[in-house]
Amino acid sequence: MAIAKKSVVWGVFAAGGTVAAFLFPALIALFGLVASGTVPEGLEYANLHGFASTWIGKIILFFVISLALWHAAHRLRVVFHDFGVRKDKIVAKAVYLVAAIGTLLTAYYLFAIG
Amino acid sequence: MSRNPYVRPVSPTTWYMRNGRYIKYMLREVTCLLVGFYSFFLICVLAILAGGSEERWLAFLASQQNAFWLAFHVIALLFYLVYMTFDWFQLAPKAMPLQVGEQKVPPAFIVAAHYVAWAVVTALVFLLAGVF
Amino acid sequence: MSKRTLDIEVLRYDPEQDTEPHFMSYQVPCEEDWAILDALNYIKEELDTTLAFRWSCHMMVCGSCGMMVNGEPVLTCKTFVRDLPKDVRIEPLENFPIERDLVVVLDDVMEKLQMAKPYIIRKDPPPENEEFNQPRSALYKFKQYTMCVNCMCCYSACPQYALDSSFIGPAVLALAHRYNIDSRDQGKSERLDILADHDGVWNCSFVGACSEVCPKNVDPAAALQQMKIDGAKAYWLQKLPGGKS
Repeated sequence: MAIAKKSVVWGVFAAGGTVAAFLFPALIALFGLVASGTVPEGLEYANLHGFASTWIGKIILFFVISLALWHAAHRLRVVFHDFGVRKDKIVAKAVYLVAAIGTLLTAYYLFAIG
Repeated sequence: MSRNPYVRPVSPTTWYMRNGRYIKYMLREVTCLLVGFYSFFLICVLAILAGGSEERWLAFLASQQNAFWLAFHVIALLFYLVYMTFDWFQLAPKAMPLQVGEQKVPPAFIVAAHYVAWAVVTALVFLLAGVF
Repeated sequence: MSKRTLDIEVLRYDPEQDTEPHFMSYQVPCEEDWAILDALNYIKEELDTTLAFRWSCHMMVCGSCGMMVNGEPVLTCKTFVRDLPKDVRIEPLENFPIERDLVVVLDDVMEKLQMAKPYIIRKDPPPENEEFNQPRSALYKFKQYTMCVNCMCCYSACPQYALDSSFIGPAVLALAHRYNIDSRDQGKSERLDILADHDGVWNCSFVGACSEVCPKNVDPAAALQQMKIDGAKAYWLQKLPGGKS
């Protein structure tokens, strides 16, 4: 017997949950503000592009998005179980694969922004 | 006397309907769909920025400016606050209890500290985004 | 003192006669200060001697009178008639097989209790010829977990145990955590190897119902989250060079 690898995804789930709990309300509010017709200064093209071009901006964006994704993936795995889907191995592979693809895409686009 | 234990059935798909606390738990768990959705939403934003065209960004902003998306974000925000953020703060002192000497730090204090930190983080994001 | 008559429905099951359990109703003239356990004893003594249920101390320390009262897992000795409506429904603890009437089969939890190694494990010998002192601050870290009376109300409230009984479950894991955080104990990594394995603590999804129903105000949900953090840390510490495997 040994400590299961689940401990690793649980660690990422917990870290991602903390990030998502603290940051996502503000982000959703920003998108809401845009939808209401007011585009805040920071979301103008030059400013946002400028932020994503800095190293600190890239690091923040990468960790926020990827951690939140892995949080969502792990919790979704539990949701499937709780709604009666008993194919945990397949569910786990599928949700973590989507999170991995999202993580790679985040890294790729951040790299491409230059 | 022979043993013949009876096992009561549990529905694997509707068990949470039996008690309000389980329904509340399920509402918390499905917030992962919102986290996932907004994560990919942000990835889309990055994809547009990586394209390097301001027109596409303006078109994206324009496509967001309607009643549907406004309602979506407002409802998502309210649901998310109640069942994800506030719930997460409420449970934090259980996962990370504090004890100073012989005295247990009151859980309410740890929860309050989370709210304060959240207010600061939110203000910082708004400041950075130029809302104020 | 005034009497109050309750309509009590009790889930009955006779393993030698019945294919499934069924409710039987009793009208019980209760004293105002009775607990539900007193009402059950009245039924057994005055109305129906065949009713089977467990109890011993009638004072919240033996943990044997746990049952479902109006859908909630409780100790019937601390659930009072004055706090209940006229219609009361009593069932055996949920998530356990029914042995007979209100008596459940607890074999599964008794087996799991051994997995927790609920005793102090020492690598170094304890001090000889002197007391093994422990500061109060160290005692207070785990004291609440020693209050558990193994009534198993938490297992009845836990949906993850209901959905998959291979899950070790709240009380046993909380008891293991009580020893993990005892300053005299050195068996944490030994326990985590068993309890943070695949079917261990990770099957908990922090519903929190265990802590809400605990009649002794123990907080198993807190213990399990802390054990997950310990497990996640220990996983990486074991990977370090010189780390214990």
